[in-house]
Amino acid sequence: MTVLDVERLRTGYGGPPVIEDVTFDLRRGERVGVLGPNGGGKSTLFRALLGELEPYGGTISGPRRYGYVPQTERSRLDYPVTALDVALMGTLSSRPWWLPLSRHERTRALAALERVGLQDVAGVQFGELSGGQRQRVMAARALVQDAPVLLLDEPFGGVDVPSAELLSTLLDDLAREGRGLLIATHDLEQASGWDRVLCLNRRAVAFGPPADVLTLAVLERTYGGEIVTLPGREAGILPPHHHEH
Amino acid sequence: MHALLHPWSETFMQLALLELVFLGVVGGIVGCWVLFYELAYSAESLAHALFPGLVAAALLGLPLLAGGVAGVAGAAVGIALVRRIPSLGADASVAVVITSLFGLGVLLALTPATPPGLDGLLFGDVLGVKRADVVASGVLALLAGSALVALHRPLLLVGFDRTTARAFGARPTLVDLALLGLIALAIVIGVRALGNLLVLALLVGPAATARLLVSRMARLMALATAVAIGASVGGLYLSYYASIAAGAAVAAVMVATYVVALAARAAADAT
Repeated sequence: MTVLDVERLRTGYGGPPVIEDVTFDLRRGERVGVLGPNGGGKSTLFRALLGELEPYGGTISGPRRYGYVPQTERSRLDYPVTALDVALMGTLSSRPWWLPLSRHERTRALAALERVGLQDVAGVQFGELSGGQRQRVMAARALVQDAPVLLLDEPFGGVDVPSAELLSTLLDDLAREGRGLLIATHDLEQASGWDRVLCLNRRAVAFGPPADVLTLAVLERTYGGEIVTLPGREAGILPPHHHEH
Repeated sequence: MHALLHPWSETFMQLALLELVFLGVVGGIVGCWVLFYELAYSAESLAHALFPGLVAAALLGLPLLAGGVAGVAGAAVGIALVRRIPSLGADASVAVVITSLFGLGVLLALTPATPPGLDGLLFGDVLGVKRADVVASGVLALLAGSALVALHRPLLLVGFDRTTARAFGARPTLVDLALLGLIALAIVIGVRALGNLLVLALLVGPAATARLLVSRMARLMALATAVAIGASVGGLYLSYYASIAAGAAVAAVMVATYVVALAARAAADAT
């Protein structure tokens, strides 16, 4: 069953379009990776899906609300909130904003923190957590939103190895539960393990299963002349099946 | 002991304290949001911009709140209009409108033709507040308190990350407007006591002091409120025994408290 269907989407920030001719879909239980260079339109696509940008053309048929994991670099570290407070922010769209939180919401938020392995630091200030822990708190907040489709904007950026492994397992589990996941990433190798990938560079370069899409030709068109550095490997664009393990 | 209790046997001191407690509770909590939304300077401008509205309300015998609302609306329209002057930048147009409105308010309040006592709106006259003023402040404080409880979750979310707040069901523009309304309400509550020029002391000072010492939101708000009330009590003592203007004394104690907290924080950081 398709949970998100995007047809020939064209949008931007009021000026010339930033992305155009973007067509893809997302099914229940599917992990779709969104690959592309910086400035290629990944975040713009997400903002259009979230309703922050009006489409100039094309259509988006998606759920009424999404679970959302934004990039953590933007969040303030001097802000007086705990990990639990941040997770609880995911309740704003389900519980009327003027009502104080009830025990039910707290239980749900604590369960979400437990699911990302952070139940022990629920009371710790968000700014005092490690980068990987902060990213997991963001994931917990999206879990609290309890939406059929999750949008994750580079959830593995600046994340330590244990956190990355935990997040990766979490994404697999969420897909198995029947949710649709759209994941912006720079990690070709990781994306090659997902169900389908969308290569985005101002327009949809290719969309389909990784084995068909992640070819040298497509990646060159996706990343243009930009050199992609894969951590722990030599610099350069390498399709996943050329990696040496 | 007698010296500590004696001032509070006077009715005008009791009323003054009650008036400042209402301002302290609202100012302390609103001040925390002002701090995290980086609106201290905007709050100062807002206080000046709604001043002619307050003076006009006092002249016409209307509630101060009505004057405050009219003053804010007038300032918003003024800024929108003056911004259309192409040669004037956005920040310059704000400065021009705010300064003009404040000048107009001062002119209205201090001309010989206006009844005496209106200069109290400028410098405050906390020792002269009447029972009815305190009741009015109490009602406004209750209103502000309810709004603060209701708006707590959206305020927390938008302050955390305004760029993504919409995805979580908040509307940053509406939250900003609500916060500006709360700041205006706090100013209206405090203007009789501390005056248009000093009300900011209890709107920004307590939260800034509390932030030096604690880092949880609930504790921040509780400590800011306590600091505001403490500075009020201290200022009233100072005014009573040193015979200096009460509003200025409260502001002075507030600033002194901030400096002490700053030193305490520096000492704690150094060890």
